[in-house]
Amino acid sequence: MYEELRGYGFTVITVALDRSAEDARPWIEAAKPAHPSLIDTAHMLADLYNIVNVPTILWIDERGRIVRPNDVAFGTDIFKYITGLEAARHLAALRAWVRGEATALPEARARALQSLPTDGDQQARAEFGLGEWLYTRGRTEAAGRHFVRAGELAPHDFTIRRGTMPMRGIDPMGPKFREMLGAWVQAGNPYYRPLPE
Amino acid sequence: MGTLDRPRGDGVTETKFTIIDGGRVAEVGEREGVELAKRAEAMGRPVAVARDEGVAYLGTSARERAKVLASLEAPDFTLPDLDGRVHTLSRHRGTKVLLVAYGSW
Repeated sequence: MYEELRGYGFTVITVALDRSAEDARPWIEAAKPAHPSLIDTAHMLADLYNIVNVPTILWIDERGRIVRPNDVAFGTDIFKYITGLEAARHLAALRAWVRGEATALPEARARALQSLPTDGDQQARAEFGLGEWLYTRGRTEAAGRHFVRAGELAPHDFTIRRGTMPMRGIDPMGPKFREMLGAWVQAGNPYYRPLPE
Repeated sequence: MGTLDRPRGDGVTETKFTIIDGGRVAEVGEREGVELAKRAEAMGRPVAVARDEGVAYLGTSARERAKVLASLEAPDFTLPDLDGRVHTLSRHRGTKVLLVAYGSW
């Protein structure tokens, strides 16, 4: 897709919200991307864009403006049986926008679809930031306490609740994750929040 | 902030304190560190403190983040790739960008 569209003045930038470059390395090396593929151990991107789960995608136009705010899209249909989201839909919309065959969202619509951070979200990110700093200095026990506190402050933020599992010695695909997800969904909450169109 | 009011150390030699503020890390005395954290909190910033570890993280307020996002101006960032080479979003002005956040978890 990137190869097909790069001639139109387009790039992809991927950002791994991971514990370390080593965690992201196998994914990046398998994909061998020609576009920037970045590592964000401090979750700077999540803080700047109010990202609360992965994958999250945004479209940014030539002037550096957000023309499609935080949305959920997958590059393939591997997870479709879980998410119900079809990769082809987003790819078709993206292709039309990049080729100039369709405009992105009007500003008012883009604004209406944005979800802006609350004080609780930002307090959670401060707790995460503190935890991440402690973790990288080997103070894992103290780090764990701040990660847990962060998750309590923002229970909808899975970049925190699930993303910190590897740093708390928990398998992020294992029973602890399934238990967390089950409780969250059972309470009537969505795990993924794609835009409504 | 209860944890900031509790004294630490022997009260004679001042313990060191680390302040993490917007990616900058400063080593200060404990009294100054606590003062900085309190001031940031009074200004409406989120502050996380590990008193026993002697460190505080000063975050960015929801109001400030929301103001930028609502302007639809994409917040700029600089991050490294696997080889340690840094990339900056704003260097891609003039091209359309698909920004993808993901995690190996």
